[in-house]
Amino acid sequence: MSAEPAPSIAIAPKRKSAFLSEPAILIPSVVLGLLVLVALFAPFLGTIDPTQFDPTLRNKLPGHVGTVRALDGTETPFVYRMGTDNLGRDIYSRVIYGTRISLIVGALVALVSTILGLTIGLVAGYVRWLDGFVMRIMDGLMAIPPILLAIALVSLSRAGLVAVIIAIAVPDIPRVVRLVRAVVLSIREEPYVEAAITAGTPTPTLLVRHILPNCIAPLIVQATFVCASAILVESILSFLGVGLPPEEPSWGNIMAAGRQYFRIFPHNILFPGIFIAATVLCVNVLGDALRDRLDPKLRKRV
Amino acid sequence: MLSYIARRLVQTVPVMLIVAVFVFLMLRIGPNDPASILAGDNANAEQVAAIRQNLGLDRPLLSQLFVWLGAILTGDFGESFFFKKQVSALILDRLEPTFMLALCTIVLAVVVAVPLGVIAAMRRGSLIDRLVMGFSVMGFSVPVFVIGYALIYVFAIKLNWLPVQGYSRLADGLPAFLRSIALPSMTLAIIYVALLARMTRTSVLEVLGEDYIRTAYSRGLTPLQVLVRHALPNAAVPIVTVIGLGVALLIGGVVVTESVFAIPGLGRLTVDAVLARDFPTIQAIILLFSFVYVMVNLVIDIAYTFFDPRIRY
Repeated sequence: MSAEPAPSIAIAPKRKSAFLSEPAILIPSVVLGLLVLVALFAPFLGTIDPTQFDPTLRNKLPGHVGTVRALDGTETPFVYRMGTDNLGRDIYSRVIYGTRISLIVGALVALVSTILGLTIGLVAGYVRWLDGFVMRIMDGLMAIPPILLAIALVSLSRAGLVAVIIAIAVPDIPRVVRLVRAVVLSIREEPYVEAAITAGTPTPTLLVRHILPNCIAPLIVQATFVCASAILVESILSFLGVGLPPEEPSWGNIMAAGRQYFRIFPHNILFPGIFIAATVLCVNVLGDALRDRLDPKLRKRV
Repeated sequence: MLSYIARRLVQTVPVMLIVAVFVFLMLRIGPNDPASILAGDNANAEQVAAIRQNLGLDRPLLSQLFVWLGAILTGDFGESFFFKKQVSALILDRLEPTFMLALCTIVLAVVVAVPLGVIAAMRRGSLIDRLVMGFSVMGFSVPVFVIGYALIYVFAIKLNWLPVQGYSRLADGLPAFLRSIALPSMTLAIIYVALLARMTRTSVLEVLGEDYIRTAYSRGLTPLQVLVRHALPNAAVPIVTVIGLGVALLIGGVVVTESVFAIPGLGRLTVDAVLARDFPTIQAIILLFSFVYVMVNLVIDIAYTFFDPRIRY
């Protein structure tokens, strides 16, 4: 189909050039880009093995100068920039490596829940006889408070990254399904969809070529918010001790390890807390800015 | 009106039924075998088989489901694997702290958030508006437990005004209760305030653009009169809806907050039950919290008809 210029395309050039000049989009994008770089190059940022513990270096304050013993017995001096935790692990290294886990969890949960939600939503919105059944199940899932559902789901299997990602993604699926279904229901009555049906377009092609593109903008916005909340929920699960195994350097685990000693050594919670707040804040600000841009109806309202 | 209430009540039945079936299947088709959890690590095969028969786990899945559903309707959630007590008794024991925490949080959040949202809307684009919106985004971005520890650090450790942890029952005196609940409800209220202030602002802004508001001003009403008599009543429905939807957030927050402040409530019980793989307790808690969530939103739906006479069913 040739793209007939819709009214919104008339302002497209202006939009494009303004996209990155808007601070609400530029600043979080830059910070998140830096965090991705931190995650990728974690081994080269002056870190040591984040799981290496040393009983002689327990609960040291930030800036402590100690030595790191390698496997062959050689000792090199090392500055513990953010101090050490209750097992003598370097908090700086754990926080830096923790970036990896948080970003992976955020991105994968957003991806998994979006893909599954999109598929179910498209089918429910288009295949009418399935709609009632599917939506009742989604209503049931949505009646369970999300964090509670995630906690219950991780309790079913051994703690690991995959289990955590699935447990966080499942509660988000019904919300994506609802969104997609609402778009499908509003689009399927459009003349061009009816025209495509009359032209004999097979249903799968119809869904992918004509209906799916309309879901993309709201889905991107939704995925951003899912990503932000996934990072938070992962830290909550780890913090409660039901998430990733405690030796994994995730921000939640670092804080969980620091809980008991919090009164004397608040840095155990402070540093990972700052990282997680900054990351989630950036994703949320980006999500708000994208929603304002991609959803003009909402923008006019607010 | 009565028929509407009845219809809405009936609509919650399939939702709760699906939750119940889901909760039931979670344990039965998951990789965990309740009989071997209950038997412990040192049990032999016969002991496990005996427990299985005792629990009725050898019967067909569907008949197990009906037996289980029937028991739940009579308030029997089985015996806790870990605490070796009736789950219903266990839950009743833990109800007060959680209920009080939730109640104080909602009251605190409404009292703080609604005025903030209204001021932000009235002074749109001002410094106050930006601060409220900034705070709102921040509230969504900081994990509940980090907020909790920050408050403990400032108010309990540095200033020494309030206890660090623990819960004092209402029966032990109001002052002690209020002191023990202050920090937990402040912690939990932050995310709720973030949500509510935002919704209040949006909702009031929308109403302020209406013609009747301009008319009210032109009749010489002061901004306060316009707000109280015209803007707020019309903005109330979405605000109250969000209070209801926020209960899901609140329940999640309760689990975390009770762990941070060592409050012996349902949230703490949830975490203990999950760590101990105590499935009857987990199932009962999920059912209970979901039921509360569904009922709160049902009550709010019905309350609309009182708030907004334009809504007729």
